[in-house]
Amino acid sequence: MSLAMPSLSPARRRRVLPGFGLTMGVTLTYLGIVVLIPVAALVVKGAGIGPARFWDILTAPRTLAALRLTLTAAAIATVINALYGLLMAWVLVRYQFPGKRVLDALMDIPFALPTAVAGLALSALFAGNGWYGAILEPLGIQVVYTLAGVVIAMTFTSLPFVVRTVQPVLEDLDPQIEEAARTLGAEPFTIFRRVVLPVIFPAYLTGITLSFARSLGEFGAVIFIAGNLPMKTEIASLLAVIRLEEYDYNGAAAIALVLLVIALALLAVSNLLQSRALRYKADAA
Amino acid sequence: MNVTAITPQDSARAALSHDIAMRRLLIGAALALTALLVVVPLAYIFYRAFAAGWQVFAANITEPNTLHAIGLTALVAAIAVPVNIVFGLCAAWVIARFRFAGRRLLLTLIEIPFSISPIIAGICYLLLYGRQGLLGPFLMAHDIRILFALPGIVMVTMFVTAPFVVREVLPLMQAQGSEQEQAALTLGASGWQVFRLVSLPNIRWALVYGAVLCTARAVGEFGGVSVVSGSIRGQTNTLPLQIELLFNDLNMVGAFAASSVLTLIAVIALVVKSLLETRRG
Repeated sequence: MSLAMPSLSPARRRRVLPGFGLTMGVTLTYLGIVVLIPVAALVVKGAGIGPARFWDILTAPRTLAALRLTLTAAAIATVINALYGLLMAWVLVRYQFPGKRVLDALMDIPFALPTAVAGLALSALFAGNGWYGAILEPLGIQVVYTLAGVVIAMTFTSLPFVVRTVQPVLEDLDPQIEEAARTLGAEPFTIFRRVVLPVIFPAYLTGITLSFARSLGEFGAVIFIAGNLPMKTEIASLLAVIRLEEYDYNGAAAIALVLLVIALALLAVSNLLQSRALRYKADAA
Repeated sequence: MNVTAITPQDSARAALSHDIAMRRLLIGAALALTALLVVVPLAYIFYRAFAAGWQVFAANITEPNTLHAIGLTALVAAIAVPVNIVFGLCAAWVIARFRFAGRRLLLTLIEIPFSISPIIAGICYLLLYGRQGLLGPFLMAHDIRILFALPGIVMVTMFVTAPFVVREVLPLMQAQGSEQEQAALTLGASGWQVFRLVSLPNIRWALVYGAVLCTARAVGEFGGVSVVSGSIRGQTNTLPLQIELLFNDLNMVGAFAASSVLTLIAVIALVVKSLLETRRG
């Protein structure tokens, strides 16, 4: 290291601005106390259960039923959101029409609305005397207290993910490329599949992954509409809470740890997709 | 009209009318689905809250337990949001202005609460501070109450809202670079002066936006708080938890009245958001 020209060495320049120690200290203290130590507590508790007991908890019929319901409902909700989100992104980016700005702003409502409020509104709407239930129940379609109710709650709370991830990418895509494809005689569907879809695909997958992760973790909206019948409409996170209330801390920790691992795995997948999307963008530029 | 020969103009016209039909179909579907999925539920909240008239609404809002829940929720937000702002500014400063080992890891750790369901966060807290939790015996011995009391509710709220301010402030700080701050330092300003007079004015709208989102999220938190609060009526019941209690009591007007307050806050947050976005251009 050169002492003669300290001000020019990158190592010196990096620390020109003050406050590194203070801001780093505050950041790590907050993260440690609020986030990391509690999460570590779950991991420690979960690891302390022992593999045999852990396996017993997870393969108990009620746990399996709860996990199956949660995954099934989240998967269906994600498919709905994948289709709806793509439609909304396309319409909001490519078309001009009155009320477009309002429609765009409405996309944020499901994120802004507290989940308990969403759950209350949806369960009352789909109940026999609600606006939707009054139409659906005479047709023999029961939503409240069924899988359909869980799906609807999950769909609502994760509605914006696909729209908001696809929208910016679609905005960057030059419509002239599609024009060119059209001039060369391509059918609209072919243009969408061969020109548009490859560009938006990484972002689309990211949105779908986020939507699925959010649906798996959704609690507030679901418990209002699901009826929470054990073995039938009880989601995994609710079962973990019930185990806590029974002072079965091992049971709660095991289920919560499985949900945590799934959530972190999905986070890793979405980070991977995002970095690939960025690389794609860099290649294209 | 010429039916014997198809001219290029005809096929272009056919393609155009096909385009217009497609366009109408897609816009119509988008509007109809959004109306069913978003607008109707939103309108239904206010409809049910006010269906029995203003007086019934007012009586439900001023019911002592609901009023207490509103106060507690405001108190939790009043503690959690300012602490979060300080954390968010510090984290954004350290990540935007310095290069250090583990910088990317730090960013990932800050974003983790977005990926972890609040209900899991609540369970984590119970496993740490609960009677059978890792720190349970210590807390019991020293008579410190974290769970089923204000500290637990505030901390879970801080967990859930941790990334909100950083996420808005950091990209702006990174985009602006540190030339202005370095210039101010060269001119003899102290570190605090640089922050207050140079950095803060540059990021103020992002900070306001982050704080608004953070507040909206903090007052609406349900899952995590429901685990750590114990939902004691009139004591540790926040407004979202009060909605669940009223719902379970089959007091739907009360539940919708409480919901309409939170919905109003959410709508205000969105209006502020769109105003700030217009300002940013």
